[in-house]
Amino acid sequence: MFLFIVRRLIASALLLLVASFAVYIMMAYAGDPLGFLNEITNPTQRAAIERDVTEALSLDTSPVVRYFHWLGDALTGDFGISARTRQSVNDELASRIPVTLKLVAASSILSIVIGVIVGIVTALRQYTGFDYIVTFFTFVFFSLPVFWIAVILKDVGGIRFNDWLRDGASISTPVIVTLAIFAGIVGYSIAGGRTPRRLAIASISAVVAAGLLVYLSVSEWFLKPGIGLPVLIPMAAGIAVGVTAIFAGIANRKALYSALSTAALGCVLYTPLQTLFDESGMGWWWTLLLLVVTLVASYLIGIAWGGYDKGLSARVSMLVGFLVALVIFVDRHLQSWQEYSSNPVIRNRPIKTIGDKEARLEGSFWVLNNDTFSHLILPTMALMLISLAAYTRYSRASMLEVLNQDYIRTARAKGLTERTVVVRHGLRNALIPLATVIAFDIGGLLGGAVITETVFEWNGMGRLFIEGLQNLDPNPVMAATMVVGATAVVANIFADIMYSVLDPRIRIHDQ
Amino acid sequence: MSDDHLLPPDPDEVSEMDDLRVDPHRESDFEKFPDELTHEQREVAGLSQGQIVRKRFFRHKGAMISLVVLAFIIIVAITSVGAGPIPGWYQWQHTDLIPPVQDEGPTISVVPSFLGGEGLAWGEHPFGVDNQNGKDLFALTMRGVQVTLVVILVLALLSVTLGVMIGALAGFFGGWTDSVLMRITDVILILPLLVIVSVAAFSFGASGLWSVALALGLFSWTGLARLVRAEFLALREREFVDAARVAGASPTRIIFKHILPNTVGTIVVSTTLLMGAGILTEAALSFIGFGIQAPNVSLGALVNDYDTAFGTRPWLFVFPGAMIVIIVLCLQFIGDGMRDAFDPRQKRIPKFKDLEKKQEETKADMATRPNRMHLGG
Repeated sequence: MFLFIVRRLIASALLLLVASFAVYIMMAYAGDPLGFLNEITNPTQRAAIERDVTEALSLDTSPVVRYFHWLGDALTGDFGISARTRQSVNDELASRIPVTLKLVAASSILSIVIGVIVGIVTALRQYTGFDYIVTFFTFVFFSLPVFWIAVILKDVGGIRFNDWLRDGASISTPVIVTLAIFAGIVGYSIAGGRTPRRLAIASISAVVAAGLLVYLSVSEWFLKPGIGLPVLIPMAAGIAVGVTAIFAGIANRKALYSALSTAALGCVLYTPLQTLFDESGMGWWWTLLLLVVTLVASYLIGIAWGGYDKGLSARVSMLVGFLVALVIFVDRHLQSWQEYSSNPVIRNRPIKTIGDKEARLEGSFWVLNNDTFSHLILPTMALMLISLAAYTRYSRASMLEVLNQDYIRTARAKGLTERTVVVRHGLRNALIPLATVIAFDIGGLLGGAVITETVFEWNGMGRLFIEGLQNLDPNPVMAATMVVGATAVVANIFADIMYSVLDPRIRIHDQ
Repeated sequence: MSDDHLLPPDPDEVSEMDDLRVDPHRESDFEKFPDELTHEQREVAGLSQGQIVRKRFFRHKGAMISLVVLAFIIIVAITSVGAGPIPGWYQWQHTDLIPPVQDEGPTISVVPSFLGGEGLAWGEHPFGVDNQNGKDLFALTMRGVQVTLVVILVLALLSVTLGVMIGALAGFFGGWTDSVLMRITDVILILPLLVIVSVAAFSFGASGLWSVALALGLFSWTGLARLVRAEFLALREREFVDAARVAGASPTRIIFKHILPNTVGTIVVSTTLLMGAGILTEAALSFIGFGIQAPNVSLGALVNDYDTAFGTRPWLFVFPGAMIVIIVLCLQFIGDGMRDAFDPRQKRIPKFKDLEKKQEETKADMATRPNRMHLGG
């Protein structure tokens, strides 16, 4: 294994070297990085800048020599200066990588979670209406030019949504009817069994959707969002029962009771937590600490209920604990929503279409988080559409592949319940190839948001690259390419290793 | 046992299968185990690989609809504004300056009159007008479709040639040929496509049709090369390749006559999907300023030009963009249909109707024994 990693690292380093040479030479022949000098009117200033930049980038030598100058610096971790701004590219990288990470992390996590769930469900309901609808939409999402949908999102999701909020945030009857019918169709096509049962499920989902929308409209929920204890309690109970039903089965009483007690504990702690949340020191470190405490407590609850399968109860309980904590965390943000929205800097137009944060905004941890969220939502949606489609297809294919295996037939023949077959024998194995795909994708993430960053004007890696290219500025382009290339290479190796760790049938040989 | 021979897994075994079909021993096999013939096996029995693929493809509704839509778009795009010296039936060209009109909006209508629309109407300016620049959007869009199609055709041609050549050589010869070619592929693969194509298009002299098409084509073949290589690695170990070698066939002949025809499925499918992705990459390139730029027209360039018009004159932005979505969607569905058609492991869940029919057939077969059961055909 160690030899394998070393060999791959050396090979990848050589690859990066060749790739960097190719890009550098192409950049050098693409044009003159000093072209912007014509914009400077003062001749002495122009000459001074020309001299400085020429010296810093060794423009007076041939591109090949220049490349080796650059390489020497780059190997010591110095990516030089930008010809245009004469700022250190390293500083640029330091300020831009977090921005890009913020953008891509949110969309990746969401699209992985949603995509895998939808993909698994479509695989289980292969060749049903739901499967066809989802397949059609994944194809549509694949076919969308990112910037086209991003511009539409900016207008519809940003400007018009903010107008809609200003006009009272009421949902009109035709919209409610349409969405309810849609919910009914989805319910009908997901549900299994005979037609009467499916019709019943369809009408229930339609009525629930309609009721929910009417409530949201009448209570002006979008202006004054919140969850609150009355909604939290049934929600936590639902989470507990749902998680148990999927991962342990309702028949496993110990697991059910541990899940329910964790949920109950969450509800009991809701009120005392609010005072803690309002402390001025509240921040991400506190959040992390609370999360760890939550997970440990839920684990202990699971163990305390005992039984022959303590570990399973503990895991179910931990997942419930995490989800309930998430709801409480989101609830606290929603409580601060009005404070955020009515802030004079925001002027009741909360959904932002430009930038990654409102620099002039001041407020508590929660208000600032709401600000981040309202900046993130539109670019995240634009980025999500495509990766969501990809993950849905991957996980559907992977799950179908697994479900056709002999060991699934064996599991069924043993008389295991459908839940055990699907979750324990199917899902686990279907996730193995998915894990490597995810590792691979994460490597490409840093460079993957070029278009989205440009449309939504986020100052991330993608824009560093594009602006460098537009200004024929070699150093920023090279730095961006190298960072993206290096992460891609490392992710690639990591994906291979992960595959062999997760799937013992695949072995990495040192020879 | 009999199952494996009935579903031809590869074209090279088709002739073999045909022989087996008339083999008396086989016939008795069918007689002994009539139920071992599954529904899908009956459907393909007696057909050549090409026939099976075609039959499966024609059955894929999405692919067929997409094929019709795509053909319609291509025909309209070529005939309306004409190509080269040949004039089209539409009254304006993308270069024509047209006088400002009162109502800039699109005049095309597909809403029937009983729903309050104007019925199926074409109108003076079906996709609307850009009064600021004096352009008719339909002429622009159709010209954009033409340019975009040329770009992806060049892209497909270049990628297939390069990808197949490199993949075939690497897979067939192995050894250091394989190492060198695959390392070159890796270099291109680790850099994001958008990055390398924009640098390349830039160094070829940006904004023209050919430089963009060339840059896209020169760097999009990597995926195809890897797929073809994998196919070749598997196929070169097969008996029919050994047979050809023993018979004295040269490597060129083995590659082109014996192995390549077996990889057509993979190549066709991934090329179709590559063309779809190529349209999106071209559009993205135009958007960040390294693709085809005004005054040249492509769908991506149009969307890019009108991206600020969405709030006030949405049709300028929506029609070219929707055209991209429709074309790429069609290519996706055609690719999907072909993947299903070429995949020998492809299983089709039979409809209840068919199953009932099959049951009746089986019953009828049982009744009419010892007649030969018919093979579906």
